[in-house]
Amino acid sequence: MSQRVVITGIGIYSCLGKNLGEVTQSLYAGKSGIVFDQVRKDFGFRSALTGMVEEPDLKNYLSRRQRVGMHQPAVYAYMATHEALALSGLDIDFLEQTETGIIYGNDSTAASVVEAVDKVREKHDTTLIGSGAIFQNMNSTVNMNLSTIFKLKGINFTLSAACASGSHSIGMGYLMISQGLQERVICGGAQEINASAMASFDGLGTFSVREAEPEKASRPFDRDRDGLIPSGGAATVILESYEAAVKRGAPILAELIGYGFSSNGDHISNPSIDGQTRSLQMALKQAGITTSEVDYINAHATSTPVGDGSEARAIFEVFGGDVPVSSTKSMTGHECWMAGASEIVYSLLMMQNSFVAPNINFENPDEDSAKINIIAETREQTINCFLSNSFGFGGTNSTLIVKKI
Amino acid sequence: MYANDVKMSWEEVIEETRDFLSEEFEVDRDLILPENSLKDTLDLDSLDYVDLVVLIDENLNIKLTGEDFKEIVTFGDFYQLVRKKLAL
Repeated sequence: MSQRVVITGIGIYSCLGKNLGEVTQSLYAGKSGIVFDQVRKDFGFRSALTGMVEEPDLKNYLSRRQRVGMHQPAVYAYMATHEALALSGLDIDFLEQTETGIIYGNDSTAASVVEAVDKVREKHDTTLIGSGAIFQNMNSTVNMNLSTIFKLKGINFTLSAACASGSHSIGMGYLMISQGLQERVICGGAQEINASAMASFDGLGTFSVREAEPEKASRPFDRDRDGLIPSGGAATVILESYEAAVKRGAPILAELIGYGFSSNGDHISNPSIDGQTRSLQMALKQAGITTSEVDYINAHATSTPVGDGSEARAIFEVFGGDVPVSSTKSMTGHECWMAGASEIVYSLLMMQNSFVAPNINFENPDEDSAKINIIAETREQTINCFLSNSFGFGGTNSTLIVKKI
Repeated sequence: MYANDVKMSWEEVIEETRDFLSEEFEVDRDLILPENSLKDTLDLDSLDYVDLVVLIDENLNIKLTGEDFKEIVTFGDFYQLVRKKLAL
C-alpha cells in the first residue's frame, strides 16, 4: 500500500541567510545574495560573480574527529540538517533507536581534492595528506559524515544528478517512504562555493559578466540576461510517512504529492522542451491534480537564454500562461547540486508565509517569457500547492509537487 | 637541536609538542604529562595516528610512521621516540 509522504523539517544555509528566519526575510524583500569575488578574478575566472556563504566554525557543535572529514559540502549540509532536525523535533537519541535514512544530493568535492593532491605534490608522501582527506574527497562526503554524526540507521547513499541532485534526492526519499521501505529520510542538497569547484564551469563562458552590478546580474527570463551566477550552501528537507509523523507528534509542514522525472537522451548541456514537459506531466499525473490546482511554480530558470526559453515554453505548453512563476535564482544565483532542495525550502517558506517571492531583475520579457506569468515584485498570495522544477547537465529532469495539508 | 627549523632546547621541544597536541586534539595541556597514556589522553583512534604523523612532520620536521607508535604507551615513551629521531 502506498504511504502518504509529508515534510516534517526543513533547514537552509545559503547566500540569502544562515537560517529559515533570515532566508524568509530575504525572499520577501527580494534581496540578492550575489557578490563580486576578487579571489576568482585573481584565479583567472572570466566572471568573478558568485553567491557567497560564510563557512561556519563547527567547533561548538562537533568533536575534532567528527569535523576532520568535513569540507564545504558536508559543513554546509551539517548546518542545514541541524536546523531541520531541530524544527522536526528529532534528536540523536531518537534517531539512534529508529530507522531514519539519508539520501543527500551532491556532485563535487573539488576544493578538498585539489588541497589533498597539492599536499602530495609538495611532500611527495601520501602519508602526510592526513586522515580526513579521503572522507572529504569522496562525492558521498555529506552522507558519510551526517550519517555518522546523527547515528542514522536507514538507507544511506548520495545522489549525483548535476543541478537536479537536490530535487532527485527528495524524489528518491519520497519513493522510499511511499513504498513503505522507510519511515523517515533526510534529503537535501549541498553545493561547495570555491574557485576550484566552478573554474571549469566558468570556462564554458556561461556565467554573467555583469560584474559592475552583482545584484542585477542574475536575471532569469529577462531579455537582457547574459548568463548564470554560481552559488551554493545547503538545504535539508526531512520526509516522513504521514503515519510516522502523526505518531510522534511531528510538525507537518506540507505533503509531497508528486515526483516526475525524465531524461532528454540528447545533448549533454542543452535543455529539451520534450524532456522537461514529460517530467512536468509525470509529476502532475502522479499527484493526481489538474494544472489549475497549482498556485505557484518555482522555475529552474538560471538566467541563460537557452535554458530559460526552453523552460518557459514547457511551462506554457503544460500550464498555459496564468500560473504565477518565479525563479528564486534571480536572488540566489544557481545553487547547482543544492538548488532542487533549496528551492523546495524557499517555496515552503512562501507557502507558510503566504507570499510569492519575486523574480528580481525581470524588467523586459523576451518572446518566450512574455507568454507566462512571471512575478517580478513580491506578491501576497495564498499558496496551497506548488511545483518546483530542476534540470541538470546530461539531460536529467526532476519535478516535485508539494501541497498544504 | 633543531625543530621546525628553529634552534630549541629539549625542554622547548617538549613544551612545543604539548602545545600542538593540546591544540589539535583539543585536550587540556595539563593532562599531557610523561606518565599519562598517549592514546587515552588524546582519545586517539586508528585514524588519529595518521594525523599524528602529519603533525609531527609539520611541527618538528620529523618523519614517523604508524609502525613507530607500536611500542608507545605514555607521552614519556613518545618523547623518547622524538628524541631518538632528532638524534640527541
